Amino acid sequence: MISVSDISKSFGKKGEIKALSHINMEVREGELFGLLGPDGAGKTTLFRIVTTLMLPDSGLVTVGGYNAVKDFKILRSKLGYMPGRFSLYQDLTVAENLTFYASIFNTTIEANYHLIRDIYVQLEPFKARRAGALSGGMKQKLALCCALIHKPEVLVLDEPTTGVDAVSRKEFWQMLRRLKDEGITILVSTPYMDEASMCDRLALIQQGLILDQGTPDGLVSGFPDRLLSLATPDIYRAKAIVEKIDGVDDAYIFGESLHIKTAALNEKAIAAALAAHGVAAGEVRSILPSIEDVFLAKMHDVS
Amino acid sequence: MTMANNTRFNQLKAFVIKEIHHILRDRKTLLVLFGIPVVQIVLFGFALSNEVKNNRLLICDQAHDVHSAMLITRLDASKYFDVVGYVSNPDEGTDRLRSGSAHMVVVIPSGFSADLRHSHETSVQLLTDGTNPNLAATIQLYVQSIVNDFRNQIFGKPDIPYEIEVSPRMLYNPQLKGSYTFVPGVMAMVLMIICTLMTSVSIVREKELGNMEMLLVSPMNAMTAIFSKAIPYLLLSLMLVTVILILSVTMLDVPIRGSILLLYLVSLVFIITSLSFGLAISTATNSQQVAMLISLMGLMLPTLMFGGFMFPIENMPIPLQVLSNVVPAKWFYYSINDIMIKGLGFGAVYHRVLLLAAYAAVFLAISYRNFKIRLS
Repeated sequence: MISVSDISKSFGKKGEIKALSHINMEVREGELFGLLGPDGAGKTTLFRIVTTLMLPDSGLVTVGGYNAVKDFKILRSKLGYMPGRFSLYQDLTVAENLTFYASIFNTTIEANYHLIRDIYVQLEPFKARRAGALSGGMKQKLALCCALIHKPEVLVLDEPTTGVDAVSRKEFWQMLRRLKDEGITILVSTPYMDEASMCDRLALIQQGLILDQGTPDGLVSGFPDRLLSLATPDIYRAKAIVEKIDGVDDAYIFGESLHIKTAALNEKAIAAALAAHGVAAGEVRSILPSIEDVFLAKMHDVS
Repeated sequence: MTMANNTRFNQLKAFVIKEIHHILRDRKTLLVLFGIPVVQIVLFGFALSNEVKNNRLLICDQAHDVHSAMLITRLDASKYFDVVGYVSNPDEGTDRLRSGSAHMVVVIPSGFSADLRHSHETSVQLLTDGTNPNLAATIQLYVQSIVNDFRNQIFGKPDIPYEIEVSPRMLYNPQLKGSYTFVPGVMAMVLMIICTLMTSVSIVREKELGNMEMLLVSPMNAMTAIFSKAIPYLLLSLMLVTVILILSVTMLDVPIRGSILLLYLVSLVFIITSLSFGLAISTATNSQQVAMLISLMGLMLPTLMFGGFMFPIENMPIPLQVLSNVVPAKWFYYSINDIMIKGLGFGAVYHRVLLLAAYAAVFLAISYRNFKIRLS
């Protein structure tokens, strides 16, 4: 449905700031595709190119067979786009914003009400409230309604859950799953690694490069090495020691524990090495990698 | 085709309604918009008048006779003068002039009555402070006209056949009322502020607040966006023209001698010209501050300086006079003056109206060309 091939984009007078380099990505029809990466990775730039708002320096983007550069006029009525920044009119009420977006897409709220009903019922009590006075989660729900009101074939959401509380985030992803069931292809970006499992497939992006893409399980099972985890109060010293052991590929702090990526060593070897240096480490366990581990490992490979 | 026209009309309608909501909800700005013309009319009409009233007058009456007393009473009765004291010799009077406690000393020579009766000829000396030449000249004229009246009262109109009397008469504005020039000036300024400043800021605000990002990914085309921004401000401007005209007629007694319809037609063309300026600015800038600065520096200042209502263009050096032709407010000001005060018809102003329309066409074309269909 969305095909991104060899897209590059630079900013600055001499193009010295490389935002995207040779991006390739494929979003299939009817899937919920996630673009996962930290701030400044190039997610927004890529989305703006996909939504015809920016021209790439090189490469080709097609959405539903239409060229994002040449056929931008056709695409603009087929796309639903929710920018990362709240882009509705803060001084208009909830109902006025929705009516406005319906009108400029030549439709009415009633015509596509079934698409937004689940979301809009939550907004209905605040119908007469100005959009600027809504809570963060409510603003995002309204923005989603506005992006959906013309029944787009493709929905592009730029960090819709950033700055939203945990409960609302979960709710938001459930809404996206339901929209996917309606047959809408969804491309969504997020900086939160824990949201990766909600996507059918995803791409990892960092510093303008796609690190990897596939299903969440596929990405995790593609993790090449053994991953060990240990908990110790002296985590920084433990990290320094482990990094020097031969056969350790990488060691990084992950929340409150230390993750060790290694192909050659096992739990006992690490525990022994730490004991030799007098670091009291708890149990060293072999664990299944998460998306974040995959991300960090790939990042390490690239740099 | 009708389908396409219909959808375009619906988009336009939705956008105009949205824009009207924006304007109505921003109460402070709205208050300022309607406050500016009211304050300016009141200020220019009453406070900043060229007329000088209640000038302090010193009398040096060396005659002390019937006619000198009559003249003094006349001077004192005028609304332009207050007799604040009497001095015995002119030197004493000049001291008071120097200290600023008096504006003028009127010296009536001894034998005033006798001279008048016998030789029919006498003189009155006026001493004024030349450091404020405008004031001095103005109040001298006032005294002159009072003295002339006085003479006519005593001797009747001079009927000596060989005497030539110069009798200047100011047409259209016999009292030289300041408000006659200020009202068209205020109109030009207020329309410039609303149409140019407000329109440019309102489009740039959509870019700055990110509204444009969502709006661009829609079937809305550039022309619809531009027109729908302009329409509400056009309506608002016409309302303000009405407010200014009502205020001028009721409060300042400024006449509308020409056709009201023509007055509105010329205003409408000027409004469209100013709107197209605002649109051109907004399509070329990305921040509200820059848009505001360009509107103020690039248009408000030239409008004030070269519009013709603050400083007479005829007094400027030739290069500046030529430059003033570029300022559209000048053509609007002259047209309004001709219609309102002189009562002239369309024939007198059509060339200026055409010029304004040409300006509008050029700037609308620029806005359309510059309207960015993508994010920069």
